[in-house]
Amino acid sequence: MPAGSGERDPAQDEAHFRYVLRLGDTSLVLAQRLSEWIGHAPALEEDLGLANLALDLLGQARLLLTYAGELEGRGRDEDALAFLRDAPDFVNLALAEQPNGDFGQTIVRQWLIDTWQLEMYTALSASADTRLAAIAAKALRETRYHHRFSSGWLMRLGDGTPESQRRAQRALDDLWRFTAELFAPDETDERMSRAGIAPQLPELAARWSARVDEDLRAATLRRPPDQPYPWHGKRGEHTEHLGHMLPAMQHLQRTYPGVRW
Amino acid sequence: MAATATTASERQLWEILAKVPDPEIPVLSIVDLGIVRHVRREADGRLHIGLTPTYSGCPATALIRQMVRAALDAGGYADAILEEVLAPPWSSDWLTPGGRDKLRAFGIAPPGQAVASPRRLWQPEAVSCPRCGSRSTQRVSEFGSTPCKAHYRCTTCGEPFDYFKCL
Repeated sequence: MPAGSGERDPAQDEAHFRYVLRLGDTSLVLAQRLSEWIGHAPALEEDLGLANLALDLLGQARLLLTYAGELEGRGRDEDALAFLRDAPDFVNLALAEQPNGDFGQTIVRQWLIDTWQLEMYTALSASADTRLAAIAAKALRETRYHHRFSSGWLMRLGDGTPESQRRAQRALDDLWRFTAELFAPDETDERMSRAGIAPQLPELAARWSARVDEDLRAATLRRPPDQPYPWHGKRGEHTEHLGHMLPAMQHLQRTYPGVRW
Repeated sequence: MAATATTASERQLWEILAKVPDPEIPVLSIVDLGIVRHVRREADGRLHIGLTPTYSGCPATALIRQMVRAALDAGGYADAILEEVLAPPWSSDWLTPGGRDKLRAFGIAPPGQAVASPRRLWQPEAVSCPRCGSRSTQRVSEFGSTPCKAHYRCTTCGEPFDYFKCL
């Protein structure tokens, strides 16, 4: 159905809900992963840094999940969406759920998602969906700080000691297979692009790729070969890691449903 | 006259809001911080107050809302409506000049000019020590005790201090 025809199209509404939910889930899952570092980071400054990134991402997730719940129209709020769904109902990028590993692994994961969010939020700031555009414009400013942090560390690790270089390259080689999903459009993405709500992913991919190459050059790291098969976290097909992460995140609401303090 | 009465109650609301402190930097009011976006009587006949969050995840946002609500109730404006405004996104440029002075007097370096360019973030920021005024300062940590601050050290007087980041 063409946009603006005035009639509601259930398939379009469902795609809109899922699209916003995917963005929210990616931020939420990454926020949870980063918060696992609290008290464990290699230095106090990095502990603060990772916790601050987690807090921004959690705030973005709250805005996005609240909006997704309203789009769905079944009375689910941010808490219901965050705490009362099982792994197959989460639609985050599989990259976001990968375990923290060592500091290098966390930095490479963060940098890959920061560079993706920079492009996504820049494009979504001009979305036909004004609420999504407002959330994106706000998140974009925070993401610039995240990228400064993660790309700064990428350079220090990549262009650092032989050991830090080896670990950063290993993390990059290990995580690169999850990047195919970032720009592989499915029906939800295409519906949203046609409605002017979401950007065209192939256009974004080119800009992302250029930025990634620039950062990798500065970090003296090798870009791994692309793998044709994309993971499908945004369709609910996850690696085993999400299922192990959710019990820690959801424990309180699952054990004491509806608890407040 | 109705128009004058409206203006008077709007002005009174601004005065009430100017006494609500930021819970994390209590020398600043929420008006100094630039997070009160509008105070106006709308078509429903009620006064609407628009608040915008600083950072998406700032934990003070909910507390600020409660404090504003309490101040409105105490000031006789219990029926005023609080609404969240997301666009345009808050910028540290919206800190009032008075707010910047209060920050400096409190020992926090006020933010420089925010520029909407990611590359700008890579250039060194000229942060002056709020205690001795020296421009010879070092960044200790990009992130500080709250989302809006970074941690610095003055190499002239040796004092550590917070810098209110540009956003």
